[in-house]
Amino acid sequence: MNVNQSAPPVPPFGQPQPVYPGYHQSSYGGQPGSTAPPTHYGAYNGPVPGYQETLAPGVSRAPPSLGAPPATTAQTPCGQAAYGQFGQGDVQNGPSSTVQMQRLSGSQPFGSAPLAPVVSQPTVLQPYGPLPTSSQVTAQLAGMQISGAMAPAPPTLGLGYGPPTSLASASGSFPNSGLYGSYSQGQAPPLSQTQGHPGAQPPQRSAPPQASSFTPPASGGPRMPSMSGPLLPGQGFGGPPVSQPNHVSSPPPQVLPPGTQMTGPPGPPPPMHSSQQPGYQLQQNGSFGPGRGPQPNYGSPYPGAPTFGSQPGPPQPLPPKRLDPDAIPSPQLNELPPQQKTRHRIDPDAIPSPIQVIEDDRNNRGSEPFVTGVRGQVPPLVTTNFLVKDQGNASPRYIRCTSYNIPCTSDMAKQAQVPLAAVIKPLARLPPEEASPYVVDHGESGPLRCNRCKAYMCPFMQFIEGGRRFQCCFCSCINDVPPQYFQHLDHTGKRVDAYDRPELSLGSYEFLATVDYCKNNKFPSPPAFIFMIDVSYNAIRSGLVRLLCEELKSLLDCLPREGRAEESAIRVGFVTYNKVLHFYNVKSSLAQPQMMVVSDVADMFVPLLDGFLVNVNESRAVITSLLDQIPEMFADTRETETVFAPVIQAGMEALKAAECAGKLFLFHTSLPIAEAPGKLKNRDDRKLINTDKEKTLFQPQTGAYQTLAKECVAQGCCVDLFLFPNQYVDVATLCVVPQLTGGSVYKYACFQVENDQERFLSDLRRDVQKVVGFDAVMRVRTSTGIRAVDFFGAFYMSNTTDVELAGLDGDKTVTVEFKHDDRLNEESGALLQCALLYTSCAGQRRLRIHNLALNCCTQLADLYRNCETDTLINYMAKFAYRGVLNSPVKTVRDALITQCAQILACYRKNCASPSSAGQLILPECMKLLPVYLNCVLKSDVLQPGAEVTTDDRAYVRQLVTSMDVAETNVFFYPRLLPLTKSPIESTTEPPAVRASEERLSDGDIYLLENGLNLFLWVGASVQQGVVQSLFSVSSFSQITSGLSILPVLDNPLSKKVRGLVDSLRAQRSRYMKLIVVKQEDKLEMLFKHFLVEDKSLSGGASYVDFLCHMHKEIRQLLS
Amino acid sequence: MATYLEFIQQNEERDGVRFSWNVWPSSRLEATRMVVPLACLLTPLRERPDLPPVQYEPVLCSRPTCKAILNPLCQVDYRAKLWACNFCFQRNQFPPAYTGISEVNQPAELMPQFSTIEYVIQRGPQSPLIFLYVVDTCLEEDDLQALKESLQMSLSLLPPDALVGLITFGRMVQVHELSCEGISKSFVFRGTKDLTAKQIQDMLGLTTPAMPMQQARPQEHPFVSSRFLQPIQKIDMNLTDLLGELQRDPWPVTQGKRPLRSTGVALSIAVGLLEGTFPNTGARIMLFTGGPPTQGPGMVVGDELKVPIRSWHDIEKDNARFMKKATKHYEMLANRAATNGHCIDIYACALDQTGLLEMKCCANLTGGHMVMGDSFNTSLFKQTFQRIFSKDFNGNFRMAFGATLEVKTSRELKIAGAVGPCVSLNVKGPCVSENELGVGGTSQWKICGLDPTSTLGIYFEVVNQHNAPIPQGGRGAIQFVTQYQHSSTQRRIRVTTVARNWADAQSHLRHIEAAFDQEAAAVLMARLGVFRAESEEGPDVLRWLDRQLIRLFMFHLRRSPFLQVFNNSPDESSYYRHHFARQDLTQSLIMIQPILYSYSFHGPPEPVLLDSSSILADRILLMDTFFQIVIYLGETIAQWRKAGYQDMPEYENFKHLLQAPLDDAQEILQARFPMPRYINTEHGGSQARFLLSKVNPSQTHNNLYTWGQETGAPILTDDVSLQVFMDHLKKLAVSSAC
Repeated sequence: MNVNQSAPPVPPFGQPQPVYPGYHQSSYGGQPGSTAPPTHYGAYNGPVPGYQETLAPGVSRAPPSLGAPPATTAQTPCGQAAYGQFGQGDVQNGPSSTVQMQRLSGSQPFGSAPLAPVVSQPTVLQPYGPLPTSSQVTAQLAGMQISGAMAPAPPTLGLGYGPPTSLASASGSFPNSGLYGSYSQGQAPPLSQTQGHPGAQPPQRSAPPQASSFTPPASGGPRMPSMSGPLLPGQGFGGPPVSQPNHVSSPPPQVLPPGTQMTGPPGPPPPMHSSQQPGYQLQQNGSFGPGRGPQPNYGSPYPGAPTFGSQPGPPQPLPPKRLDPDAIPSPQLNELPPQQKTRHRIDPDAIPSPIQVIEDDRNNRGSEPFVTGVRGQVPPLVTTNFLVKDQGNASPRYIRCTSYNIPCTSDMAKQAQVPLAAVIKPLARLPPEEASPYVVDHGESGPLRCNRCKAYMCPFMQFIEGGRRFQCCFCSCINDVPPQYFQHLDHTGKRVDAYDRPELSLGSYEFLATVDYCKNNKFPSPPAFIFMIDVSYNAIRSGLVRLLCEELKSLLDCLPREGRAEESAIRVGFVTYNKVLHFYNVKSSLAQPQMMVVSDVADMFVPLLDGFLVNVNESRAVITSLLDQIPEMFADTRETETVFAPVIQAGMEALKAAECAGKLFLFHTSLPIAEAPGKLKNRDDRKLINTDKEKTLFQPQTGAYQTLAKECVAQGCCVDLFLFPNQYVDVATLCVVPQLTGGSVYKYACFQVENDQERFLSDLRRDVQKVVGFDAVMRVRTSTGIRAVDFFGAFYMSNTTDVELAGLDGDKTVTVEFKHDDRLNEESGALLQCALLYTSCAGQRRLRIHNLALNCCTQLADLYRNCETDTLINYMAKFAYRGVLNSPVKTVRDALITQCAQILACYRKNCASPSSAGQLILPECMKLLPVYLNCVLKSDVLQPGAEVTTDDRAYVRQLVTSMDVAETNVFFYPRLLPLTKSPIESTTEPPAVRASEERLSDGDIYLLENGLNLFLWVGASVQQGVVQSLFSVSSFSQITSGLSILPVLDNPLSKKVRGLVDSLRAQRSRYMKLIVVKQEDKLEMLFKHFLVEDKSLSGGASYVDFLCHMHKEIRQLLS
Repeated sequence: MATYLEFIQQNEERDGVRFSWNVWPSSRLEATRMVVPLACLLTPLRERPDLPPVQYEPVLCSRPTCKAILNPLCQVDYRAKLWACNFCFQRNQFPPAYTGISEVNQPAELMPQFSTIEYVIQRGPQSPLIFLYVVDTCLEEDDLQALKESLQMSLSLLPPDALVGLITFGRMVQVHELSCEGISKSFVFRGTKDLTAKQIQDMLGLTTPAMPMQQARPQEHPFVSSRFLQPIQKIDMNLTDLLGELQRDPWPVTQGKRPLRSTGVALSIAVGLLEGTFPNTGARIMLFTGGPPTQGPGMVVGDELKVPIRSWHDIEKDNARFMKKATKHYEMLANRAATNGHCIDIYACALDQTGLLEMKCCANLTGGHMVMGDSFNTSLFKQTFQRIFSKDFNGNFRMAFGATLEVKTSRELKIAGAVGPCVSLNVKGPCVSENELGVGGTSQWKICGLDPTSTLGIYFEVVNQHNAPIPQGGRGAIQFVTQYQHSSTQRRIRVTTVARNWADAQSHLRHIEAAFDQEAAAVLMARLGVFRAESEEGPDVLRWLDRQLIRLFMFHLRRSPFLQVFNNSPDESSYYRHHFARQDLTQSLIMIQPILYSYSFHGPPEPVLLDSSSILADRILLMDTFFQIVIYLGETIAQWRKAGYQDMPEYENFKHLLQAPLDDAQEILQARFPMPRYINTEHGGSQARFLLSKVNPSQTHNNLYTWGQETGAPILTDDVSLQVFMDHLKKLAVSSAC
């Protein structure tokens, strides 16, 4: 995409660079440190406010300029200079767009093109700048602008999208064709650009420094406003030079190679682009950074527009020009040759690109650790690899918030409609570089807590009176410090031992719980795992039982253990079942296991105590013998009926009898129709879809499972369910218990050993080995003013505050929504404390505490500048997915759209500088909200296609409920990775492309993953050599469609692709089965389902259409 | 008299029948006046080595309401090949097979010496013997070990084709599947839940709806399909191992609690299992339990140790809260088992009570054994258990199953009822009286488990009116038809036909008197008494008995544990009564009036009075109460023995004297089932109480004049002595003579 765009800039490129300096200087001026800039800089600095103001006018002017965008296009050639300005303008406007612009300047013209329009709009919005800490993100959509364009706009509308209102459809259709056209052209340009680059390289180098200089500020400034806050002054700016060098040195070299390669490839534009992008990105980062950065910088003062003002000046002229020629579609137009632009369609490249945003964040924030010391910092995106240093707030791996700056009043919150939610993953796994939370042992007295609100000691507690008392940061209650905990305060009022005590200096830590925190006032015994295996006909025939038993033999050695313990404390037990249950006595003293059949399924009980739950090592011989015999014993079974509820009941009773918590692993194949409690009937009815009764498909058939789940929770019995259905099994009902007990559900439709073995075994291994906390209770405390009001996830709640989790593993996430119940104080901010009381896998009772401090604001702009779209989507998806239980799906969808529109409208109304109503202006932080929201709306649960089964929907619904932010992110917007564009030697993941069919080249191979599925798409005209080296067949036609395993071949490409597949799998909590899809093949339909930017077969809107629709909604709200 | 005595003995030996009256009063009025009812003790399967069974089927009277069997009392017209039924006077044709008969060529059943005859039925499937062990695992380790050994031993005694099954229980009930290789498999049931037969069969997978089509053909061996009952030859090793691995119930028993024992459910499942697999086939459920049922249906006492198990006192005070419910449960089971021809044995070994009172009906109604001991680790249990598998002269087990006893009478008589290990089959008929004595209202009874000594008391009523005299020389006839499954798996029918003379009580009173069988009458009356004692208040029964009888043994009967519950736990009473209601006459008499033999240098051993005066210093006494055998050394003898005279060659006669009672006791022990408690004690020994509690307390601390005399030993008791009893009785008899 960028590539395409890049083309236009190319020519300017050479110039742009020069421009840049100026640009930079102007915007960052001082920072870059470039000689010239400083002057500007200084000017800027001083002026900032003034700037903005001045800009504002410019903004106001901008609208007219809207028309201008075309002008920008016109400018493009000469625009470089303008770019510079634009760049700034961009910054203000839509960071992204601007970013692109800058990139363009740096490398990709593309950005610029869209930017141009954006810019014009942005200019209007841009004002932010000033605050380095707070970054405002205003994303303006060029296309939108067009539509929204003023009076002059109308024509534009007519041109491209027509009226925004009608836009959706119109744009949809138009854009596509138009876009495509433009693309092709765009591609061509890239070539030139690429060429230009090589030529330009030298300048680039020179540029890079600049860019880098920019970048740093940009990065520092825009994205990480908070970061920049602290950093910028010292590091940020000073840093920039430093970083620049770094950048320069590292990036440029890298860049260059790519560049060189690029140059090599020049022939094929696409590769060039891709390669360039990465390479450039580095540079771009810089540029991008600035782009974004600027915005943030500018951001604070919306009025900041004035800043642009000066810059805008140039743009303005442009717009008019553009208007005339190309009408509104400026963004695209910008990039595209003027002629193309004339088509009026919204250029998909001009609308905010998730890929771009992710890349930018990676480049900007991936390099330095995220230090949690400062309150209210927005962490890097979940897609970015970064390290965390805990300096008093919980790592974003544990807690992410929709916004890190909370409105002080509920009125504000209501106005903004931005949900205040935290996505908490209390037992999240950390990368090896980060230390897991310290365990603090306060001995018999137990952890120190506030007497009133019971909050645990944390870094935010204020010690007063020389350390004799402390004031609770949550409820302000003043408590005595127990003598054994007393410590003197230093001159700043801090305890002298603050840094010696994790609970006084860290955001996350653990307490050893005393016996008061244990059930029945008794320390818990180590938990147990019970494997419960369906041995009905289906399970035997599919080979599942044999496979599973074989695997368990070795898997039992890998039970989770605490720390460096030599042997897992977990005991295991085995049950098989069909219509009746078979328990096994595997006591070590027995020569042979003993089977005990319980057929009284109506009134389940555990037939044995001694010998059911055993230590693996002690009973190994008996267990092995048992696992050998199970498949044999049932080899001739004809029993097809199964029970389900009694199985769970049995496991739960077993744990109860053993007086421990634990986990049940259920391997189940069919709808439980045997006469027993929890018996189900087949109620699958596709006719209900899109009716008011559709919700019943998601609801359990019977209340029995809820009751059962409740008992399980009380016993600390977590249930993990592995389903192997050949037909409808009513996942909605079967999942109730796993869902409420904090368990996981895995589903393998039509399981066959040959095809699904690896996936199942991999999931099983991971599931068995993962560290779990048992019998947990989680409570989220907040400082006065807000309150946790709603919870989403896999757990049970018997009251309104305690989240009860029979089991909690490192993948499970709880999303918590907050509401105001009072005014917040800007100074003191808002505090969250999540306390999780759980039993470790060795049976130790512990409390894990996570603390997070957030800022509070009185200006809505601050809110919008500190949001995290990914988290927002996580919350909204969960909210919607729960909604389908009670409301018709359509209602849920509409509510989502409305809320989203309200959020954006509020921003537009209160934060964006005035501009044409025809402009779609998005906050920088939320510029991806529409695209992501569209993905949520199109998801199987909310808009099922014909091929999606009721079970699938229920399954997905259940999965999403406990996903963390990273998982929802990739789940809703899959990653699409081109495989042959980047050099084979490169070890990094190839840069992703947007999930749209348009982005697929039939000469390439792509990997697509969404955390659950993994496709390898092979273009029809992919090189024969590639086919040969990857599939070991001679031509495209010989590739087996639906292949799930790539042949192991000894060539670089094969190794690389397989390596990439492995690494993708390693990133996800579930094993993704690979499916090879050939272009034009039947399976491609399946694949296309995941190209979420396109129109979906089930009626889901394309990104562009949806954006138009969203724009329309916003406009309606505004008017 | 001698002739009558011989007659009685002869009849008993040949037919296993003893009547209270051997000449019958000819009218209802006279019969009523004679107080002791016309009744008989019948030992249906009395061992008859001299009676080979005939290999054909009996000939039946063709009248549908009669169906009496051809017998020596029938009039036969050899020419016409007709015979007249002596009960209904129907004339019947002989079947074709009998064409060759004549006066000189009679079939066995027409010969007078074959008044008792046994037929072997060739039709129908032969059922194997079935033994279902129901084993309590809530035992002490050594107890369980002993029991396991006994059980393993018993496997070797069973015929190879016998089917065996195993159910163990404690807190849960496990039904072991014996057929599988490798993993031993069992079905487990909750011990607290009462299940219907259908549920049990469903849960055990005995009702396989998919199978009936295939199952239809191999119908000849329907039982082979059961996984839970397998031929011993197939699973001998397996079962032996399984028994060997049997563990104590693993569920923890906390301090102050009884182990949870699900006897009720275990039995219920055993009954249900057999019901589903082998209905109407002889089978034996053998329950081994070491304590009272403490949970679920049939629970007798809670698991709190501080609440003791019910005593007679509690029962009288209506304070035994579980008793009624539990009894009902076991009665229901017993009836179900009886309906299907299965018998239930109870082997209860514990120091405390085990709930025999509640469970007694299981054994009583199905003809099962009841054995009570202190521990499974005693020879009493071990040998008793072994004796169950003893064999007769033909090498067959001394047990029979699924028997039906049918009684037919001539018109002057009606059947009032039966007392014994049987249940009514509720077959009404013209010969069934409306007045019930014992289990009445029927002419047929089911006796699920029989052995050669099983004896029933059968009571009749003379219905002939006074004004319709029976012609002189007329005889009344009774036919007993016992169909049963022989231990050789054959089905057999034993027919006993007896006749007695009628006599007019007014004119032939002396005849009737002479033909009175005092022993039989005593036992029969005692049975009635015990039967009533089971269902009525103790004192009422005693009063009834007092009114009915005035004889010597009455004194002992009154003091016996069958009627007197003082000093006995409810379980013990049940146990004693159980045996009293099924043993034959001789044994019953011993139970009522224990036998006391005296050994001394003064002469050969002699029976002596069961009186305290018989307890002398220079005697050795041997008392047999059926349940106990006591050898008691007099004071002097004991001193001698202590001095070691028996080891001195010159006192070898003393050694012999000591040995004599031991030998005699051994002889009794050999034959007795169940094994009596064998007690060897001496003067002043604590165990001497067994003797002292039985003897007539003619000398107590109250008759001071005998105090200190050397004759006899004083008994410390408030019981009246026979002398006092007699004096009182005489007074009463005279005063009420009006």
